[in-house]
Amino acid sequence: MEAVLGRAGLWFVIMFLALAAYVGAQDAGFAAHAVVVGVIAFAFLCVTVMRYDPLARAQSMFRMPPGPSRYDDDVVRWGVIATVFWGMAGFLAGVAIALQMVFPALNIEPWLNFGRLRPLHTSAVIFAFGGNALLATSFYVVQRTCRTTLAFPSLARFVFWGYQLFIVLAASGYLLGVTQSKEYAEPEWYVDIWLTIVWVAYFIVFVGTIVRRHEPHIYVANWFYLAFIITIAMLHIVNNLAIPVSFLGSRSYSAFGGVQDALTQWWYGHNAVGFFLTAGFLAMMYYFVPKQAERPVYSYRLSIIHFWSLIFLYIWAGPHHLHYTALPDWAQTLGMVFSIILWMPSWGGMINGLMTLNGAWDKVRTDPIIRMMVMSLAFYGMSTFEGPVMSIKAVNSLSHYTDWTIGHVHSGALGWNGMITFACVYFLVPRLWGRERMYSMRMINWHFWLATLGIVFYAASMWVAGLTQGLMWREYDANGYLVNSFVDTVAALKPMFAARAFGGILYLAGGVLLTYNVWMTIAGHLRDEAPMTDAKHNRAADRPITAAPAE
Amino acid sequence: MSTEPTQATSRHQKLERNITLMAIATLITVSIGGIVQIAPLFYLDNTIEKVDGMRPYTPLEQAGRDIYVREGCYTCHSQMIRPFRDEVERYGPYSLAAESMYDHPFQWGSKRTGPDLARVGDRYSDEWHVQHLKDPQSVVPESIMPQYSFLAETDLKVADPEGMLTALRRVGVPYTDRDIQMAEADLAAQADPFSNREDLEERYPKTQVRDFDGDPDRLTEMDALVAYLQMLGTLVDVKSAAAQQELAEETGR
Repeated sequence: MEAVLGRAGLWFVIMFLALAAYVGAQDAGFAAHAVVVGVIAFAFLCVTVMRYDPLARAQSMFRMPPGPSRYDDDVVRWGVIATVFWGMAGFLAGVAIALQMVFPALNIEPWLNFGRLRPLHTSAVIFAFGGNALLATSFYVVQRTCRTTLAFPSLARFVFWGYQLFIVLAASGYLLGVTQSKEYAEPEWYVDIWLTIVWVAYFIVFVGTIVRRHEPHIYVANWFYLAFIITIAMLHIVNNLAIPVSFLGSRSYSAFGGVQDALTQWWYGHNAVGFFLTAGFLAMMYYFVPKQAERPVYSYRLSIIHFWSLIFLYIWAGPHHLHYTALPDWAQTLGMVFSIILWMPSWGGMINGLMTLNGAWDKVRTDPIIRMMVMSLAFYGMSTFEGPVMSIKAVNSLSHYTDWTIGHVHSGALGWNGMITFACVYFLVPRLWGRERMYSMRMINWHFWLATLGIVFYAASMWVAGLTQGLMWREYDANGYLVNSFVDTVAALKPMFAARAFGGILYLAGGVLLTYNVWMTIAGHLRDEAPMTDAKHNRAADRPITAAPAE
Repeated sequence: MSTEPTQATSRHQKLERNITLMAIATLITVSIGGIVQIAPLFYLDNTIEKVDGMRPYTPLEQAGRDIYVREGCYTCHSQMIRPFRDEVERYGPYSLAAESMYDHPFQWGSKRTGPDLARVGDRYSDEWHVQHLKDPQSVVPESIMPQYSFLAETDLKVADPEGMLTALRRVGVPYTDRDIQMAEADLAAQADPFSNREDLEERYPKTQVRDFDGDPDRLTEMDALVAYLQMLGTLVDVKSAAAQQELAEETGR
């Protein structure tokens, strides 16, 4: 790499000198010779640069197996690395804004103020961390379950690198103040158009691969991936309809306004949760949980029922984000009713995942990856129960606008999405890099406990904060006056915000272990450590107890 | 579980074997809810009705709103007062649908780390706002709001005021040709206490014309943001009979 840079730099300097000589030439002959020298230098520069293949260099840096493998796993490997990288970036941004809420002096205006960092955090974890996990696992799963390699391999590479460009444009945009300020749909019009192009390519690669399958049936995980890809396309396009002020400027105005924009946005926002963070991740569950447990999926029929009911019902639940607002009452009630019904298919998924462990429950004790999967499903069940509760208008009148919502989102995101993604990364890395196992199983165990404890701190502090806030806002004294000024409630929440930041730091620490473990596994190391369980099988003791005959 | 396929599951196998059918069935399934809920909002009376007093934002207010959007204020402030006794006493009469009809995008928000701003206009002085935005803790010691002092030091640069209003007209905000023509002049005039204000006030009733940031020599982003904050919730006279009627008709809240 240095050699290439040096040679290219040398030719560049010669070309630059030739150009300077041409500009400052006293006579036509000297100028002509400067052009000759310049053209030759340019030609050599092109040759030097063209011979250089940065991707190959990077692949050897990450020790990716060279040459074609049985399946087309290059993109998957890049996707796993990107998942870990963006995950760390997103967790770090989360800890930063959590600390800003305890120590406002940490806001560095204008680029690192809370209002600009918060979308960076949400987009980094949802779209960068979650999105890359979905890209990587979908390409991995669809090849294996269809018994074929990826259709359109170069388009698949375009999908991956195009998606990274989307992330970089979106993230840097927030810091520079380029945002639509529509929650979870902040990127501006041109970034949205780019994502649409990438997404269509993703759809083509995914469906193309299914078309060339050698299995008669499309496996259930692929139904969920397909629903996720199609629905996200629909939501993204409709919610981001906008008119730019200029085709050479970042600012645009949303095609819808006021109440129409509000419902369109939350139709999008809730189903970004429903299809990005639920359907897509259920697809991951449907492949990786049975694989790791070495058991078949519990119920085929349950998977059919809960797939169709989940994707049908989720779309209706958006208005529960707009309870008691200027949205018409019937729409709010409809949203509430469907949110409550949604509890059932959500738990259908959880049950199908958990019951897959039938007969393999002992692995929860011995296999930290299975334990992560079980915990993620437990959190999925918990937050899909909490969600319907919060969508009830009476509850929502208290919980809305408070930190309870933030806590709810995080028990889903950290618990369900985070844990299942970590488990999948731990499943994938040894297989993708041809290693015997992860560098350290004990570190996975530590990661599990750090993450779990982090979520407990996070969710518990936000429950307390949300209820405190909601109750303080509506507190009246005996004379019928409001007891608390707004800022009283802010002051009251500080300890809870501190506890939340602590939980976030624990979760981030788990992420550091993940990164280190993945790094060392890729590097080809194997940690010399005691096995997770040392309860050896004692053949002599393993026999029925027979009663001793009476004397 | 029995392994024999029942009639229902065998019919489902058709879908499972055909990716086109599967994709179409999925698309139809996920479209229904959105169509049923969103489409009616474009023709139902109480979501499209205009209320007396509502007018499009002046160019300066809109520029201020763009700064509000740019800074992500919605991450901590809502602009939607719910019909509860405590909220109405704390923030003012509850918000009407019509009051955000010219908001592209809407900024109702979903979280109140700070108070609701739907009716913050005219509640505090300009000086308070400027001081509070520059250094919130100097006014409210317990506040955890970030500082925005750079707004007072940044000249307001609207690349193309006419283009801004034109784009908004394309998405349905009823700016007149003259509004668009005058956009650049209006932008400066609203923050200039010595400008000729009649024309501006005639086209934008209840416009507040003055220097907002305490520095009359410069037109800064602070001018625009404070102009926007000071007009929030001031357009509709909520005590008027027509508005009361409107409030009464928005049932169930």
